[in-house]
Amino acid sequence: MLDAVQNLGRWALNILERAGRATLFLILTLRGLPPILARPLLVIQQMHAVGVRSLLIIVVSGLFVGMVLGLQGYNTLVDFGAEQTLGVMVALALVRELGPVISALLFAGRACSALTAEIGLMKATEQLSAMEMMATDPLSRVIAPRLLAGFLALPLLAAIFSAIGVLGGYFVGVGLLGVDDGAFWSQMQAKVDPDDIYNGIIKSVAFGFVTTWIAVFQGYDATPTSEGVSRATTYTVVHGSLAVLGLDFVLTSFMFGD
Amino acid sequence: MDQTPVTEQREPVVQIRGLTFRRGARVIFDNVDLDIERGRITAIMGPSGTGKTTLLRLIGGQLRPDAGSIKVFGQEVGKLSRRELFELRKRIGMLFQSGALLTDLTVFDNVAFPLREHTGLPERMIRDLVLIKLEAVGLRGARGLMPSELSGGMARRVALARAIALDPMMILYDEPFTGQDPISMGTLAQLIHALNGTLSLTSVVVSHDVHETSLIADYIYVMSGGKLIGEGSPQTLAQSDSPWVRQFMDGLPDGPVPFHYPAPAYGDDLLSNDDA
Ligand SMILES: Nc1ncnc2c1ncn2[C@@H]1O[C@H](COP(=O)(O)OP(=O)(O)OP(=O)(O)O)[C@@H](O)[C@H]1O
Ligand SMILES: [Mg+2]
Repeated sequence: MLDAVQNLGRWALNILERAGRATLFLILTLRGLPPILARPLLVIQQMHAVGVRSLLIIVVSGLFVGMVLGLQGYNTLVDFGAEQTLGVMVALALVRELGPVISALLFAGRACSALTAEIGLMKATEQLSAMEMMATDPLSRVIAPRLLAGFLALPLLAAIFSAIGVLGGYFVGVGLLGVDDGAFWSQMQAKVDPDDIYNGIIKSVAFGFVTTWIAVFQGYDATPTSEGVSRATTYTVVHGSLAVLGLDFVLTSFMFGD
Repeated sequence: MDQTPVTEQREPVVQIRGLTFRRGARVIFDNVDLDIERGRITAIMGPSGTGKTTLLRLIGGQLRPDAGSIKVFGQEVGKLSRRELFELRKRIGMLFQSGALLTDLTVFDNVAFPLREHTGLPERMIRDLVLIKLEAVGLRGARGLMPSELSGGMARRVALARAIALDPMMILYDEPFTGQDPISMGTLAQLIHALNGTLSLTSVVVSHDVHETSLIADYIYVMSGGKLIGEGSPQTLAQSDSPWVRQFMDGLPDGPVPFHYPAPAYGDDLLSNDDA
């Protein structure tokens, strides 16, 4: 019994300590950000690494998710004779929820895991140490551009995901199931509020920030061995995905709660 | 000619007093005093695992001593702020034991890295400087390769070119000779010697390689078990009658310097049921 309490206490302390270190790490990284802004090439390279290379998986998933939405939505709506509103349903589901959330989950699995592995290996092979000895702060030179790139990339990826998803829904609904073309678009235009789009953007900005923060921290904090790096990579995907889903609930309840 | 004040002339570049450093319960350094004189090549020798790399990290400020003082260029390393430490490190080049090249950059960009980070020189000049450094280590032709395409010995030579890129005032070499064939070993030794010929450059060479090191070092410290067990010029050490130094200089398996990491008696260990 006492053991269990002790373990619980140790576990809680561990989490607190880690959270403290992650916060400190973030502050130090943000302090190293200004000099990086003067060298946009560093950020662009990372945007390419995390963003462009995630593009394929985002486009393909967006297409399939949109198509499934079209199919499922049609089957439900047609019972009420409301299949004309399919466009609204597909667009709202994508812009409000599925676009930001699914692209963030894919981003955590595709780009963030790679970030953690890269940084962890740089640590294990003493590259970060060597940089420090060359009087270059790795937080500024290595971490800051990656954090910024992830933060900027995810909202763009989520927007692409939603756009492709709407096309997927259109293809199934209008192309295959015979929903009226004009109704699909005009209903969507009438019922999707700019606020929906802003809220979607806010979500994906928050998700991009949190998943990338977790990824770079896990890499930087990894035990510098192959085992340590592999564990850190797993943590990035698990913690990143959980953070996205939890944060999504919190943000949604603020945005659409009343 | 020798008109500079004695204190100025003799002030060591690195002055270590009463250094104590532990890793967990293991004492790596136990009250060590050590000086590295300006303009000389000082070698630090000792068996594997004595803490030679650790000593270089302490000098570079990547580790902090548990007790004692480490002064580099007159500054107490353990007390510097991060910014001051970085300023200090711009004057120090370090060759890592593993090379530690940046794996996402080519050989050329690796050597250019410190120049681009710290000098703001135009690309044209950086190119010339990089080619000069690469020529010095015999790898000008390899500038387009990625680190993964280099052998271990080549990687270390690239790392050396990078360490001297900013023309530092002191260079710390961690095992420069390991993994080199006899030709590049000789060339490297000459290079270290020649680099040090430049006025007021100071070199610290960490090595097991008694022969090569004796040829270029002005002064040698021999360490074992957290203590200095001998010091002096290569000639003095070669004649030393201390059994510790003799064993190390002659490479004898038996003697006071232990080959083994601390462990319980071999027989007991084989018979015990301890899992670890
Ligand atoms: N990160 C670490 N954590 C705990 N102990 C360490 C760590 N790094 C090194 N040590 C211990 O410190 C001691 C000194 O290590 P160091 O790397 O300085 O040895 P060395 O003299 O450079 O050896 P070599 O000649 O093999 O390179 C070793 O016994 C090692 O077990
Ligand atoms: Mg070593």
